Amino acid sequence: MGLRKPPLRSVHADHASFTEFGGWEMPVEFDSIRTEHTAVRESAGIFDVSHMGEIRVAGPDATALMDRLTTNDVGALTVGDTQYACITTDEGVILDDTVVFRLPDAGSDPQYLFVPNAGHDAEMYARWIEYRDQWGLDATVHNATEEWAMLAVQGPEAPRLCADATDGATTDIDGFEAAFLDVAGVRCYASRTGYTGEDGFEFLVPWDDAETVWSAFDCQPCGLGARDTLRLEMGFLLSGEDFHPEDEPRTPYEAGIGWTVDLETEFVGRDALERVEREGVDERFRGIKLLERGVPRAGYEVVDGEGNHLGHLTSGTMSPTLGEPIGLGYLSEQTSPGTQVRVLVRGEPKQANVVTPPFIDT
Amino acid sequence: MSFDVPDDRRYLESHEWTTTGDSVRIGISDFAQDELGDVVFVELPAEGDTVEQGAEFGVVESIKAVSDLVSPVSGTVVDVNEDLFDAPELLNEDPYGDGWMIEVEPSESEFDGLLSADAYREQIE
Repeated sequence: MGLRKPPLRSVHADHASFTEFGGWEMPVEFDSIRTEHTAVRESAGIFDVSHMGEIRVAGPDATALMDRLTTNDVGALTVGDTQYACITTDEGVILDDTVVFRLPDAGSDPQYLFVPNAGHDAEMYARWIEYRDQWGLDATVHNATEEWAMLAVQGPEAPRLCADATDGATTDIDGFEAAFLDVAGVRCYASRTGYTGEDGFEFLVPWDDAETVWSAFDCQPCGLGARDTLRLEMGFLLSGEDFHPEDEPRTPYEAGIGWTVDLETEFVGRDALERVEREGVDERFRGIKLLERGVPRAGYEVVDGEGNHLGHLTSGTMSPTLGEPIGLGYLSEQTSPGTQVRVLVRGEPKQANVVTPPFIDT
Repeated sequence: MSFDVPDDRRYLESHEWTTTGDSVRIGISDFAQDELGDVVFVELPAEGDTVEQGAEFGVVESIKAVSDLVSPVSGTVVDVNEDLFDAPELLNEDPYGDGWMIEVEPSESEFDGLLSADAYREQIE
């Protein structure tokens, strides 16, 4: 099967190196990860994240369908709100994490768009259809992944850049809110969200107009490499790495995002999660900072001073902001922040401190 | 993009270079440092250790990748570029100069089996 390509693939061709991610061929690096990372922390950068999925749900029962398939309280959303949530199995295991947008109503019916991670769009589309039919709900479900490009403009200067590009329209949008507006004559849906820890916006852009909107922002182009180091410094989860239904099955409570679970709502996985909430978890998502030379990586084991198993890492890198080696992973519940542990780097125990992410203040 | 491939070195397909002579320096090519991106960590043998042609002698890590280092020659390590421990970015900045990794006294002359600059250039083109 060939890789899916973002609409900007040919625009990036001469400027970036590419990687396969979730079945998409995406730019991983334009200049250097460090250069791109620093631009986002200190000024601004633009990312092509068109590999993210878009599923639109509308109809009289759209709210019920969304609410019953995500962990958060979709009923609480008014038009223009956005909400982070998990999609869980009956056992409460995270299948994917997502952002739910409440779009302007379609006629008198509520309308939503949610954003599954790269490569999950077909699976989530099928899941929504399956449960809709099983529950006999009246809602349309449409996979719009290849109708919308997604561009993220992030960094301390992003609000100004976005205001300049939209005649000031973005200045009315607060954090985790969204609205339709024009960028260079193109109608986009802009949300004040992101995956970097910096202020900024994510733009849903009609597929064929992606280049016009991309060109409207004069800032550092950034690839998935910098996107990964930026989210790592914030301790944000990466779907497929920090949780995965088969390889790294985790509940939202283990993953440190129990706040996305509203047990007052009815959803797939609710009863299992109520039990986990009551009984507690064995392992919890933590940060570690290596105190010796080395780079923590996914899969490395974490042990105590006597060599007893404490857990393992699911992500890691050399933090470009701190110049320190940082990692994320699951450690036994007793391993509280401040504990000294050892990370086995190619079998060598290296001293590390357990910390609570984020690793940096933004 | 074209990469620097000095004529006075020999190369491995795995992108390490060596100088030739009684005492040789070993490092990674311009192409390799570009592929890796920002180098953040290097693990090298200590002075007095032996290395073996075709065998791993260390590790280089960039922000995005981990890569084993393969020795182009067999011999004894007589010097290690410890500057790389504090400044691994030297590998990106000057892979054939300040970014050298180890100096080895080869146990025998075995440069014939290595790639010439021309042959290596052909490989990375």
